[in-house]
Amino acid sequence: MIDKTILDRHNLTEDEYRLIVELIGKEPNLTELGIFSVMWSEHCGYKSSRVHLKKLPTEGRHVVQGPGENAGILDIGDGQVVVFKIESHNHPSYIEPYQGAATGVGGILRDIFTMGARPVAVLDSLRFGPPDDPKNRSVMEGVVSGISGYGNSIGVPTVGGEIAFDPCYSLNPLVNVFCLGLAGKDKIFYAKAEGAGNKVLYVGAKTGRDGIHGATMASAAFGEDTEHKRPNVQVGDPFKEKLLLEACLEVMDAGLIVGIQDMGAAGLTCSTTEMAAKGGMGIVVDLDMVPQREEGMTPYEILLSESQERMLLVATPDRVAAVQAVFAKWDLDAPVIGEVVEGGRARISFKGEIVVDIPVDAVVNLCPAYERPIAPPAPPPPAPPLAALPLPADLGEVLLKVLASPTVADKEWVFRQYDHMVQLNTVFLPGADAALLRIKGSKKGLAMTLDGNSLYTRLDPRTGARIAVAEACRNLACVGARPIGVTNCLNFGDPEKPEVMGQFEQAVNGIAEACRTFGIPVTGGNVSFYNDTEGLSIHPTPVLGIVGIVDDIRKAVRPGFRGAGDAVVLIGESFEELGGSEYLRVIHGLEAGAPPAIDLEQEKRNQDLLLEAIDAKLLRSAHDLSEGGLAVALAECAFHSQEKRGCEIDLEALLRADALLFGESQSRILVTCRKADAAGLLKMAAGRGVPATVIGRTGGAAIAVKRGGREILRVPVEKAFRAWKDSLPGFFQVRT
Amino acid sequence: MKFGVVQFPGSNCDFDAYHALRNVLKRPTVMLWHKDHDLQGADCVVLPGGFAYGDYLRVGAIARFSPLMQQVKAFARDGGRVLGICNGFQVLLELGLLPGAMLRNKDLKFLCQHVHIRVEDARTDFTRAAKKGQVLRIPIAHFDGNYYAPARTLKDIERSGQVVFRYCDPDGKVTPEANVNGSLAGIAGIRNEAGNVLGLMPHPERASEALLGSEDGRVIFESLLLSLERPKRSHPKAASTKVRS
Repeated sequence: MIDKTILDRHNLTEDEYRLIVELIGKEPNLTELGIFSVMWSEHCGYKSSRVHLKKLPTEGRHVVQGPGENAGILDIGDGQVVVFKIESHNHPSYIEPYQGAATGVGGILRDIFTMGARPVAVLDSLRFGPPDDPKNRSVMEGVVSGISGYGNSIGVPTVGGEIAFDPCYSLNPLVNVFCLGLAGKDKIFYAKAEGAGNKVLYVGAKTGRDGIHGATMASAAFGEDTEHKRPNVQVGDPFKEKLLLEACLEVMDAGLIVGIQDMGAAGLTCSTTEMAAKGGMGIVVDLDMVPQREEGMTPYEILLSESQERMLLVATPDRVAAVQAVFAKWDLDAPVIGEVVEGGRARISFKGEIVVDIPVDAVVNLCPAYERPIAPPAPPPPAPPLAALPLPADLGEVLLKVLASPTVADKEWVFRQYDHMVQLNTVFLPGADAALLRIKGSKKGLAMTLDGNSLYTRLDPRTGARIAVAEACRNLACVGARPIGVTNCLNFGDPEKPEVMGQFEQAVNGIAEACRTFGIPVTGGNVSFYNDTEGLSIHPTPVLGIVGIVDDIRKAVRPGFRGAGDAVVLIGESFEELGGSEYLRVIHGLEAGAPPAIDLEQEKRNQDLLLEAIDAKLLRSAHDLSEGGLAVALAECAFHSQEKRGCEIDLEALLRADALLFGESQSRILVTCRKADAAGLLKMAAGRGVPATVIGRTGGAAIAVKRGGREILRVPVEKAFRAWKDSLPGFFQVRT
Repeated sequence: MKFGVVQFPGSNCDFDAYHALRNVLKRPTVMLWHKDHDLQGADCVVLPGGFAYGDYLRVGAIARFSPLMQQVKAFARDGGRVLGICNGFQVLLELGLLPGAMLRNKDLKFLCQHVHIRVEDARTDFTRAAKKGQVLRIPIAHFDGNYYAPARTLKDIERSGQVVFRYCDPDGKVTPEANVNGSLAGIAGIRNEAGNVLGLMPHPERASEALLGSEDGRVIFESLLLSLERPKRSHPKAASTKVRS
């Protein structure tokens, strides 16, 4: 009955099928096959990535929970933990941008509150095709509205993130959503079904036909028929999720349940089998008790539906009524649909017949892991020698163009659509180097950031990945936060292409090396393969989400210049590096060359110095150098100052003017301090082996730079500000 | 004095209002569940921001059927102070405690940002700690804050001085650019004729602590404390229980 066509439709190979038969000791029926197909999909089973992910460091003094649960958990002291994770929702967001992004937010929120934590912050890393194409704009508008619609309604602030543009994302946008929650250290819940005889309760939305095979869809490349997959995308209901969030936290807080798991990818199948497997138990489920939105659903459909806003709870029989009372308060039903049993099997019945009878261990833990063939990634197209690159006559014009490039330009048009202040913790509004939240009742702050430069990773996956970690930590250091843990979202092409696996392997190596240098554990994350549409892979795009702690939030530092006459100090060293730069891309139309080199040890020294200087209250502002180099960093510091204060900079003529202004050498931070403190800062830096130079002073109404005594740049702050500020809204203006 | 903060199932600024009143202003504050029938002796009822019932239909349209709203209406009719913030303002419009309605923002986008509002009347129970013409910097966060009323109603509320706040620029000038959501006459907040019910779109609870960027919102809560804890200078109309039909 199960033939090649059916296997193809389920994205299973014949080898995998043979393994299934061997593991369960019988030919699976179609429903059982469906279960294996989702649980063994790339999305759920990590079958191409597992062997590589093992290389990531996962231990550390803050770690309460590493990879393998719904989210990672770190101890932040005072009896509190943070629960955080990042997830991709790339495929659904291309097919149906609004709902794809909205349910991406909904899904990650459930991952957090299912562990007993109240979500306090969302950040998004988004990638789109260039906004001059109306199709890309429509995808972007839909995604931003979807995030806004869901997050705003449920009342979790979207406090930061990043957005970048490249043609490789035109047919495959990336929507990576990060969420962080706070919980009491003694109030953490796990997805375990323990205790034979305990009841299994279904809570939340009714089950419909939406999202069937969503996880399988996300585990295959798209062809031209992508439009037909629209019915696979789920529809979000943030109000329902809000009820679910409050009710779940209430039953957990009252200690009424034994275990809890959200129904995300692979829905009821995943939650029932995973909970049983983690508890070392079996589970019986009666599908007739599952609330259904549509009539005539088959067991296959009920089990594989990815309808949103549903959770599975396990409670002792004597607590069931109390749990149901809490859910009734929030106008939600909580029917009992099954029971925890001994024996390690999932037995699922429908209209009195057993329709599924399989060992949960096989489904959850025995998905094959593949060492896919690996080919070294193609070397980057060589950049022309600098001598062959014409030096633009007007570097002021260059600055305006780089500032207006969508990747660099101001993103307020996006951020003001997100409620970034609800819950009253947001200390730094979006736009600072890292998002900063206070922790009520404590003087500590929580900083977080998402980073990844996919042009670097395309040109050199390992260096690009190291830089992503380094830059994320640098962003945290710029506000005064020490990094404590990492989550990552690894967005890659088709893993069955050896070159893509080569990129993946190198990127994971790069992340592992950088995390080791910084001494930070990776506590979880997400791999999104098959970001291929019509045969084209996206650039390898690892996105790093790093969480940091500020011990005293009053010492936190912002990027904007403060008073006039402050010393402007550049920490770190500049090299003649233009490969992979925004300048090369925007001005010369080149995506070429090697990305800037990174010395991780030096990076760490520079960041430690920065943290020490902030702690000593030496600094008035701090901002990291990234896309667009020194010139863009100077401009941004001016934009973020209250008076749009400019600066007068005087640089030595060690490098070509364009490399000096727009080169993206790593490990650099632009800081200001009172003039009187500059000598102390330089001395502190020298003592730590950190290069630091006073390069000028704040003041005036222009960004003015001299090289070897000759002025090479003078742009009024206001003019630069308009180029930066008006760029993105300009694409979306209603044309009349 | 005691504050009561109403919790609808989809309220999401309920604990923010609680935090500002309880922890910043240090006043007794109770949460009032929308299904209850008792205001627990609150001297001032706050309807907080959020999406009361998801607000997929007209904002606040379902909230007015919550059992507790009967008590809130009676409380308001008897002169009790009721403050509606954002979604709370929308609910007050739906309850008929304030005139007018909300449309989607003029650019059809959710807007979360700091705005400036000008105090049009500093004699109300909600503004007496402020000065007339004072400019407050307070955040907004809404999709439906574009205030609308028929011409006659607008004329009435303007004539009776019910417009308490208008969007303005940092210098206090009411300009089209400052009116980010497109509200009629730049209206950001209005009171009822009796003066005991106020609704505003900006979130004063988000502007109550310097650490979060502004303390300008506190003046609204402090005005309420002045009115209710030392009510000697009461608004000429505050005692009136006359309700417009």
